[in-house]
Amino acid sequence: MSIEYLGLSEINGPLIALEGVSDASYEEIVEFTIDQKTKKLGRIVEVYDGKAVIEVFGGTDEMSLKNTHTKLTGHPMEIGLSTEVLGRTFNGLGQPIDGLGNIVPEVKLNVNGQPLNPVSREYPRNYINTGISAIDCLTTLIRGQKLPIFSGNGLPHDQLAAQIVRQASLGEGSTEEFGIVFAAMGVKHDVAEYFRHTFEESGASSHVTMFLNLANDPVVERLITPKVALTCAEYLAFEKGMHILVILTDMTSFAEAMREVSSSKGEIPSRKGYPGYLYSEFATLYERAGIVAGKPGSVTQIPILTMPNDDITHPIPDLTGYITEGQIVLERSLHQKTIYPPINVLPSLSRLMKDGIGAGYTREDHQDLANQLFSSYAHVGDARALASVIGEDELSPIDKKYLKFGSAFEEQFVSQGKNENRPITDTLEKGWKLLSILPKEELDRVDTKILNKYYIKLEEETTPSEE
Amino acid sequence: MEQTMGNIYGINGPVIYLRGNLGFKMAEMVYVGTEHLVGEVIGLTKDKTTIQVYEETTGLKPGEEVIGTGACLSVTLGPGILSNIYDGIERPLKEIQKSSGAFIPRGSSASSLDTDKLWDVHVTVNIGDTVSGGTIIAEVPETTAIVHKSMIPPNVSGTVISVAKDGKYTVLEPIVTIQCPDGEEMVITLLQKWPIRVPRPTAKRFPLDKPLLTGQRIFDSLFPIAKGGTAAIPGGFGTGKTMTQHQLAKWSDADIIVYIGCGERGNEMTNVLEEFSELVDPKSGNLLLTRTVLIANTSNMPVAAREASIYTGITLAEYYRDMGYHVAIMADSTSRWAEALRELSGRLEEMPAEEGFPAYLASRLSAFYERAGYMRNLNETEGSVTIIGAVSPQGGDFSEPVTQNTKRFVRCFFALDKSLAYARHFPAIHWLNSYSEYVTDLTPWFSSNVNDNFISYRNQLLSLLSQENSLNEIVKLIGSDVLPDDQKLVLEISRIIRLGFLQQNAFHKEDTYVPMDKQYKMMEIILYLYDKCKKLVALNMPMTLIRENNIFEKLVSIKYDVANDELEKFDEYKQMIDDFYDRLIATNA
Repeated sequence: MSIEYLGLSEINGPLIALEGVSDASYEEIVEFTIDQKTKKLGRIVEVYDGKAVIEVFGGTDEMSLKNTHTKLTGHPMEIGLSTEVLGRTFNGLGQPIDGLGNIVPEVKLNVNGQPLNPVSREYPRNYINTGISAIDCLTTLIRGQKLPIFSGNGLPHDQLAAQIVRQASLGEGSTEEFGIVFAAMGVKHDVAEYFRHTFEESGASSHVTMFLNLANDPVVERLITPKVALTCAEYLAFEKGMHILVILTDMTSFAEAMREVSSSKGEIPSRKGYPGYLYSEFATLYERAGIVAGKPGSVTQIPILTMPNDDITHPIPDLTGYITEGQIVLERSLHQKTIYPPINVLPSLSRLMKDGIGAGYTREDHQDLANQLFSSYAHVGDARALASVIGEDELSPIDKKYLKFGSAFEEQFVSQGKNENRPITDTLEKGWKLLSILPKEELDRVDTKILNKYYIKLEEETTPSEE
Repeated sequence: MEQTMGNIYGINGPVIYLRGNLGFKMAEMVYVGTEHLVGEVIGLTKDKTTIQVYEETTGLKPGEEVIGTGACLSVTLGPGILSNIYDGIERPLKEIQKSSGAFIPRGSSASSLDTDKLWDVHVTVNIGDTVSGGTIIAEVPETTAIVHKSMIPPNVSGTVISVAKDGKYTVLEPIVTIQCPDGEEMVITLLQKWPIRVPRPTAKRFPLDKPLLTGQRIFDSLFPIAKGGTAAIPGGFGTGKTMTQHQLAKWSDADIIVYIGCGERGNEMTNVLEEFSELVDPKSGNLLLTRTVLIANTSNMPVAAREASIYTGITLAEYYRDMGYHVAIMADSTSRWAEALRELSGRLEEMPAEEGFPAYLASRLSAFYERAGYMRNLNETEGSVTIIGAVSPQGGDFSEPVTQNTKRFVRCFFALDKSLAYARHFPAIHWLNSYSEYVTDLTPWFSSNVNDNFISYRNQLLSLLSQENSLNEIVKLIGSDVLPDDQKLVLEISRIIRLGFLQQNAFHKEDTYVPMDKQYKMMEIILYLYDKCKKLVALNMPMTLIRENNIFEKLVSIKYDVANDELEKFDEYKQMIDDFYDRLIATNA
């Protein structure tokens, strides 16, 4: 049984109020029919006895206090799923927009999901070879991890994400099933097109499910898009045993949408006008990455966010960094030096790396090498600062070597081609080669045994060729 | 007693409203809706009752029933808490997994303690004994490491009129019956309840004069924390708060660890659970998990339960303290808790103070940290609760309200530093920004248990590091070549201190835990080298010459090269330094 309500009592931005409702529940989905033609969906965000506040997906344009019929659906936002979703494109609410018709759902799932019991999680340990040195060696991506890319406007985060997708999941001839779930929130049309094109080119489109909420699509829809996408990802991973890589872009638009709706609701703002629940809201998205013990699939997340004004302390990157398991930070000054990918390795981090590398996974020297590269490159910063004050010529011989190491590191190690898939052993060898620019005594982060094994070996190889 | 009841009037996120004054009490625990979601009364006016719900409120409808329980939000205390993993309101996550699978549904109820398990009970009171709050009535081997001591609940006293025989009992079976002064009989089981927001009473607070040893050099040697003390570890993301908390939980010499994952990552909690089930406590030889209780309210679990998780944790800790144990609480992170306060405060439309946090943030923080202490319990045993809280300042900026207010109420401050973390100097605790107010209180202990020189060596190390810092200001401007040799020496020695002493590798078998004796010897040998080199410099020996010897590098890798049980090797190092000194004197004099 469903009652339809005629008319509304208030419209305010994306929110409407409806009076005289009974039996409405919190977060329930409602259907609007406007002028008996247009249909829209909405979600109840506040409910009182006899009154409901509803946010309208698709905007309140054309709605008036009189011309709208409202019907309660009796359930929270749900999406129908089956394996048919692979290769399809949907809008931000999960409705097909590729003209191929509706899918026949096998299950209907609540998009809000449920928290995964920490006891049921399996700690992620399998490393993903992305073929990108700065990531593989220094911020290793682990299957089941959530590793965001912190970027800025105009930086090549999309290319980097596309390259990871191309090389990580599809390059190898493994028998496990891979899939990609791509969720766009408020991105430009070209960006969505770029990803679609990339997926097609690499022959992956049949494994990709796209959820697109473009920059000119309704803002409120954006709030639901990542939830729909992650529900789809969880279904494919945990019900169908696939390894799913989820790209969420751009989380900044998602947060902006939250701020917009929150302020229409008249809520008390916290930092920079964002609502107090920004952290909790982010967490319910990011925490949906992981591996369920005893099930074959996994959900790995690569959210992309553009830091407003390149400020890493802005609430969006800040709160994200506290939830995700590390971050890959892109740096404008490296981009200006035409280094691709412009990853600033110092603030970049992968928290799960320590358990997924080393003997048995990559190579025994991996952790020590990574620590040493981080430490030496951090020293390069000091040497450069000093050089800018007293001039490069005045530097001590050792600092000069650091400068040399610094530029070689950026140009040979971080920098690589957009289609270059560098094997991990090459990456590690390159790392040792760079370290051999520095005298052995400076390498204080490496266990003496490992240092003797790898450093000397390379010194012998490189000394003749250097002169 | 009649049950208070009401009907939902309005719902806004985790906050629900009831119309009218229905007779609920402040802080009363209630069940909300048909699914019996757990909630707590947080506001009462003549025409409105406000309740925060500890679970997802999606699907709740106005008109659904709210039932009062008559009691405050409480935790269940008894054997079976250790080795367990709970959510923020003490629901056992393993049981929930068994009943509902991998995801946590709403309204899942499971009793906190296993009510079917039979425990080996040894009753320690006899008929006719006078007992009062805290009196130990029975001992139960709870895990291989810990004997659980069941006590008369605080605020109860009387005479024992019947006791059970030693044997196997569940937590619900009567162990002792007592007659209270008012003539009423009361049955005492192994299980008792205690409201989470009320500190358990104690007899007396002691001054703090024993350190909580952690095996981490930066803590034990430079910034020691006392048993019963409070400490804060602030740091931006990626600076290693969680790693530091893990290290402390693993290696500190507390009897019991309460690890609260408050609004943190799910994978991290899984990691703790996995690691602690495998790692062996170096002192007792038992698994770490046998002395640990985990509270996991990850960031995607409901926000109100996140707020409660801190209190749940400290109440469990106080319960074990009452048995005479030393308990350490790792709260990771208190900022998430403060943000939960802010989020709820926003939903209640309270007037915000600084940065949107409610004005009562400071008083809540102080009330929490003051529950730490080294106490004489009601039953004359002594126990302590040490609180080590991580703080995640917004944007890594320590001037924000949570860090600032925390700083007012803790006596140890371990400032994590971004630039150290970037250079992968771990633990990334900055020696100049950190402090411990316990050093003076603990000096007698260190003098009598480690060495009389311990504190003086520590001070020398810190003073060298602070000299290094001011010298670095100069080096940044003009380079290090122009410094006189004695200052160059300070830089060299400080480098050894930083790399060889302060940096500690949590993944290295020998270095992850270092006993006090080795810490002391390491300080001693570094200062010995400094002393010798100072003499050489005084003889006008140029630093370049001194620096040529690899003794400096050798000292840096002492932490790896000298195992924790081969401290006699330090004599070899001393010999090496002497040889190096004599050789230089001989060849250059």
